[in-house]
Amino acid sequence: MSGAIWVLGESKGTELARVSAEAATLGRVLGETAGREVIGVIAGASPEGVAADLARYVPVVHSLVVPAAAGMAVAVAVAPSLAALIEREQPAYLLVGATSDGRDIAGMLSALLGWGVIANASAIGWQDGEPEVEVSVFGGKLLTTSVFTGGHGIITVRPTSVTAEPLAAPGAVVAVTVTASVTLPAVAVIDRVTEASEAVPIEEASVIVCGGRGVGGPEGMDLVQALADVLGGAVGATRAPVDSGWVPYSQQIGQTGKTVKPKLYIGLGVSGALQHTVGMQTAETIVAVNRDAEAPIVEAADLVVIGDLFAVAPALISALKARSG
Amino acid sequence: MRIVVLAKPVPDATGQERLRQDFRLDREAVPAVINGNDEYALEAALKLVEASPDGGEVVLLAMAPGDAPETIRKGLALGAARAVLITDPALEGSCALTTAHVLAAALRGLSFDLVLAGVDTSDGSGGVVAAGIAVLLGLPYLSYAARIEPSDGHVRVRRITPTGYEVLDAPMPALISATQALGEPRYPALKGIMAARRKEIATRSLADLDLCGAVVGGAAATSRVTSSRPRAPRGTPRIVRGSQDEAVREVVAFLAERRLI
Repeated sequence: MSGAIWVLGESKGTELARVSAEAATLGRVLGETAGREVIGVIAGASPEGVAADLARYVPVVHSLVVPAAAGMAVAVAVAPSLAALIEREQPAYLLVGATSDGRDIAGMLSALLGWGVIANASAIGWQDGEPEVEVSVFGGKLLTTSVFTGGHGIITVRPTSVTAEPLAAPGAVVAVTVTASVTLPAVAVIDRVTEASEAVPIEEASVIVCGGRGVGGPEGMDLVQALADVLGGAVGATRAPVDSGWVPYSQQIGQTGKTVKPKLYIGLGVSGALQHTVGMQTAETIVAVNRDAEAPIVEAADLVVIGDLFAVAPALISALKARSG
Repeated sequence: MRIVVLAKPVPDATGQERLRQDFRLDREAVPAVINGNDEYALEAALKLVEASPDGGEVVLLAMAPGDAPETIRKGLALGAARAVLITDPALEGSCALTTAHVLAAALRGLSFDLVLAGVDTSDGSGGVVAAGIAVLLGLPYLSYAARIEPSDGHVRVRRITPTGYEVLDAPMPALISATQALGEPRYPALKGIMAARRKEIATRSLADLDLCGAVVGGAAATSRVTSSRPRAPRGTPRIVRGSQDEAVREVVAFLAERRLI
């Protein structure tokens, strides 16, 4: 149906990525406000299972089989088919999670369709017959609203912008087929490796405990991990622990790492340099433990403990364990 | 090995960044630096050329205002051989898609085995321009690189994924987006800084490019910012000193009060 709002879902393993459920919820609410149809799309080698997951959030999901996605870089494999489907069905707007695959697909579809991209939406309203996209810029210092100039466009949605809310009754999955009119140069996947890491990608975590330079070494990071465990959260880090090899780069928060917006951020030994705070200062609640009362993190936080993290963190862990136990 | 690195001058993250009255980035409010992720791309490119038995060169390509040469020269000081700067008043206010068209057109005039770019830039943070350029030029696109290994006309990239990594392989020429995991950029040596003064920065305007019919520039932007407002301030932080037990009690009470535990 022409003029519809589409939500492109992505899989994480065999399940729907959490950001896709959030984007679908955002799209559904937008569709209700705008009076436009909302359709989910899953494209991949075997999309059926994930399509059923996405149908928990939107009334109709198109399930598109792209056999090439099995052995090829995902975006390269699915973008031509998605472009053909969009040209045929004429939706007006496409929402996709601002993840690595989501951004790759958005960039490719933009060039294939001639559509603009508004990146990193934290909210989407509907005004004068078109979406009004809220984006946080300069590390959260400013909120801007943007609109498309051509009546259509692609919106990448920041993880944790909304809470995913399933429908009362799941929607329908419809198998669709399409013939792509272009092919992109093949990029083969030689190997896919899962590394033992956080169960939840850090961008999607609702609680993050972050270690800074002040953790001093792997033992300090163990404390960060222990506090994260007791809070059911993920481990993050500033650049110094990553550069020192105590934490993988995938957990780095800041300018050249991830941007996160958890409900709770606890910084241990984090001084709060701008290169880090641009990636976390839109967290709902910020708690910091730092020895230096003059550190910039003090200005960025809601609650600051001036003290030694090696004393405070173990005591906090015990107190939280005692409380939940 | 000939490598083009896309290097974008961006405002230094000083906290002083701002928008102008027309909601475009005020590039005069803060000094410009080369985008952080592009510096990782440059470092990786320099290492690949240094390791290449038949030598080669790294060329910087930027689309930026006319005062960008000062910033670009920092990249030349690190070891890039020369630079191409696309600058034109009509480009102000460009969107990601029109930027991709302009950079693709500029790349059509260069010869290369690889194009490297940072995965995103610290000002726009969209992370979609490189993928767009790859499509427009028909280049294999390998993104989020943590490792780049060319051999025998192919390139292998370790791509960071949310759950680990995947190993990608494609023939060259190809376009790769670079992450910090590729390794720390070098510091400029005095010799490099001196040599950079004599290196060429070729300036091109839109009229010099073969845009293949694409309409570009601020007037053709696919989106525009219509308003901006400061984020609601966080309020004065509560500061806890005193004994460790007191501090912990306060933190637990605070978390409970906000229903976080």
